[in-house]
Amino acid sequence: MVPTVYYLILSAIMFTIGVLGVVIRRNVLIIFMCVEMMLNAVNLTFAALALHLQQINGQIFVLMVMVVATAEVAVGLAIVMNVVRNKDTTNIEDMNLLKG
Amino acid sequence: MYIQCTFLLDYAWLMLLFPALGALITTLFGRRLGGRFVSWLAPGAVLLSFAVAVLAFKGLLGLPAEERSHEVPLWTWMIAGNFTVSMALLIDQLSVTMALIVTGVGFLIHVYSAGYMHGDPRYARYFAYLNMFILMMLTLVLADNYLMLYVGWEGVGLASYLLIGFWFEKPAAADAGKKAFLVNRVGDFGLALALMFIWTSLGTLQFSQVFQRAGTEWAVGSTIATTVTMLLLLAATGKSAQIPLYVWLPDAMEGPTPVSALIHAATMVTAGVYMIARSSVLFGLAPTSAAWVAGIGAATALLAAALALTQTDIKRILAYSTISQLGYMFLAVGVGAYASGIFHLFTHAFFKALLFLGAGSLMHALAGELDIRKMGNLRSKMPTTYWTFLVGAAALAGIPLFSGFFSKDEILGLAWQKSPVLWAVGIATAALTAVYSFRAVFVPFWGHERDRKVFDHAHESPRVMTVPMVVLALGAAGAGFLGIPKLSLFEKWLEPVFAPAQNNLAAATSQSPLHTVYFPVEWVLLAISALVALGGAYLAYRAYVADTEIPKRVRASMGWLATLLDNKYYVDRAYNALIAQVRNVARWLAGTFDQRGIDGAVNGVASVTGWVGAQARRLQTGLVGLYALSILFGAVALLVWLVIR
Repeated sequence: MVPTVYYLILSAIMFTIGVLGVVIRRNVLIIFMCVEMMLNAVNLTFAALALHLQQINGQIFVLMVMVVATAEVAVGLAIVMNVVRNKDTTNIEDMNLLKG
Repeated sequence: MYIQCTFLLDYAWLMLLFPALGALITTLFGRRLGGRFVSWLAPGAVLLSFAVAVLAFKGLLGLPAEERSHEVPLWTWMIAGNFTVSMALLIDQLSVTMALIVTGVGFLIHVYSAGYMHGDPRYARYFAYLNMFILMMLTLVLADNYLMLYVGWEGVGLASYLLIGFWFEKPAAADAGKKAFLVNRVGDFGLALALMFIWTSLGTLQFSQVFQRAGTEWAVGSTIATTVTMLLLLAATGKSAQIPLYVWLPDAMEGPTPVSALIHAATMVTAGVYMIARSSVLFGLAPTSAAWVAGIGAATALLAAALALTQTDIKRILAYSTISQLGYMFLAVGVGAYASGIFHLFTHAFFKALLFLGAGSLMHALAGELDIRKMGNLRSKMPTTYWTFLVGAAALAGIPLFSGFFSKDEILGLAWQKSPVLWAVGIATAALTAVYSFRAVFVPFWGHERDRKVFDHAHESPRVMTVPMVVLALGAAGAGFLGIPKLSLFEKWLEPVFAPAQNNLAAATSQSPLHTVYFPVEWVLLAISALVALGGAYLAYRAYVADTEIPKRVRASMGWLATLLDNKYYVDRAYNALIAQVRNVARWLAGTFDQRGIDGAVNGVASVTGWVGAQARRLQTGLVGLYALSILFGAVALLVWLVIR
C-alpha cells in the first residue's frame, strides 16, 4: 500500500510541470497538453484522497473532470485547427488580436 | 317664506353647473354637433345660470337684511393636518350682484358672439373657452374662501390668455396672450403670498372666519395687515390693469372683440375691485394700503385717460378708457366707498361692454378696420350701432341722467370727503373722459367719409348682434337710477356687506364712516361734474367736427407732452429694457452654470472614466501567456494569504 502522501507529491510535481509548461512554452499544442497534465494531476489527487478517506465522492469527481476535459479538448483543438489554417502558426504570441 | 328663500339659495351651485356642462359638451363634441347647435347651447347655458342668479337674488330679497349672507357647502376639498379647505359658495349681496353682472352681460355677449364669430373655423372652441370663462368668473365671485377665489382668479386668467390668443396665427395675438399671462403672473404671485400670510397668521382661509379673526387679532395699521393688503393690492393691479401692471390690457385687444367686451371690460378686469371690496375688512385694518389703493386708482385714471385721447385704434381707445374707469373704482374702494366702487363696476359693465360691442360691429362692417381716422359719416349707414354707441359714450362721459353720471359722481363726492386732491384728479379725468369718448363718437360716425373703400363696405350688423347692443344700451342709460342720490337703492342693498369694515375703521380711528355728503356740497359737486361732462362733449364737438384743425394745433403746442403720450410714457420700453437686463444677467448665470456646472460634472465623470479605462486597457495585451502567469501569481498570492492569515 503506497502512502497517500506519495500520490500527493507526484500530483504536485505534475501540476507544477503543467503550470510551468503553460507559462513558459509558446507552442499552443504544448500548452494544451500542459493544461491536460494539470487536470490529470488534480484527478490523481481526487482519486488518492477518495481512497484515503474511503469516500466515493472523489472518484465521481474524477469522472466529471474527465468529461469536461474531453469536451474542452474537442473545442480547444477545433479552435487551434482553425487558427493554424488561418494564420499558419502555432505560436501563442502571434495570437494577440483580442486586446484592449 | 324663510325656508323657501334659503331653499332658493341652496341651489346656487347650479349657476356653476350650467356653464361647466356647456364648456364640457362644446369641448368634447363641439365640432361634431356643428356651429348651429353650439350657438344655442353655449348662450343657453349662460342664460340658465343667469336665471339661477336671479332666483338667488330673489331668495336674498326675501330674507331680512342682516341675514342675507348664506353659505352653501358643497364638499370638503382638502384636509392636510390642520389645513382644511371646503368647496363652498358664499351667497350674499356682493356675490349675487357680481354673479348677475357676469351672467347677464355674459349672456348678451354670448348671443352677440354667435353672430360675430360666424364662420370662424374654431367656432366651437371659442364658445368652450367663453363658457369656461363664465364658470371660472362665477367660481371667483361665489367663492367662500380665498383659495377657491384663487382658483377662479387663475381660471379667468387662463381663459383670458386662451381668448386673447384665439387667433394665434397672428403673431401679435399670440404675443399679446403671452404678455397678458406673464404680467398677470406678477400679480398672482402677490395673491399667493397674501394667502400664505393669511393662513399662517389666522389659520383659516374662509372669508367669514378670516374677517372675524382679523378684526380681533390684527391691530389697525399693524405690519401683518399692511403686508397682506399690499400683496392683495399687487394682485389686484395685475388683474384689474392698474399702474404698474396695466400694460397687458391694451395689447389684449388682439383677441376677438366680444372677448374684449366681456373679459377685458365688463367682468374679469373688475375682479381686482371685487377682491378688494370682498377684503374690505382687511383694508379697513390697513389705512396705509387703502391710501395706496386710492392713490394708484387716481393716478391710473388720469394717466390712462390722457392716453385714450391720443390713440387712433378704436379698441385701444376703449382699452385705455377701461383702465381709467377701473382707476375710478380703485379710487372708490381705496377711500372706503366700497358700495360706490361696486356701483361704478355695475354701470361700467353695461356701458363699456356696449361700447366694445359697438366697436366690434364697426369692425364687422368695415372688414376689420380699427383706425378711426379711416372711418367717417357712418351714422347714416349703421344707425343702430351709432345710437347705441352714442348712449354708451354718453354714459362713459358722465352726461347727466346716463348711468355713468350717477356712479362716477358718487365716487367723486366721497373722494372729496377724503381728500380734495383725489377729487381734483378725478374731475380732471372726467373732463378727459368726456373728450375722448365723444371723439370716439364724432370721428367715426360724423363728418365726411375719409376712406371711400371702407365707407362703401359698411353695412349694419345682423340682428343677433344689434339686439344685445340695444339691451345693453337700455342698461347703460337706465342702470344709474338704482343709485340716484338720496335714494341709493344700490348702496343700501350692499351696505351690510361693508358694514364691518366701516365699523372697524371707525372704532379704531374715531373717524366717522363715509356717508352722504351734506347739502349743498353734494349738489355743487354734482353740478360741477355735469358741467365738466357737457363741456368735454362740446370740446370734442369743436375739435373733431366743427374745426378739425384744433387737435393739430393743440398737439403742436404741447411739445414734449405729446411725445410722451405718443410713446405711452415709455412704460413698455422701460419694462422691456428692465426685462432685457434681467434676462441678460439670468442668461449669463444660467449659461455659465450650465456649461461649467452641469456640463462640467457630466464631462468630468466621462473623462475620468475614460482616463481610467485608457490606463486599464494596457493590462489586456492579448498575450495568453501573460494572462496565465497573472492567474498563477494570483492563485499563489491567494494561497499565501490563506496560509498566513
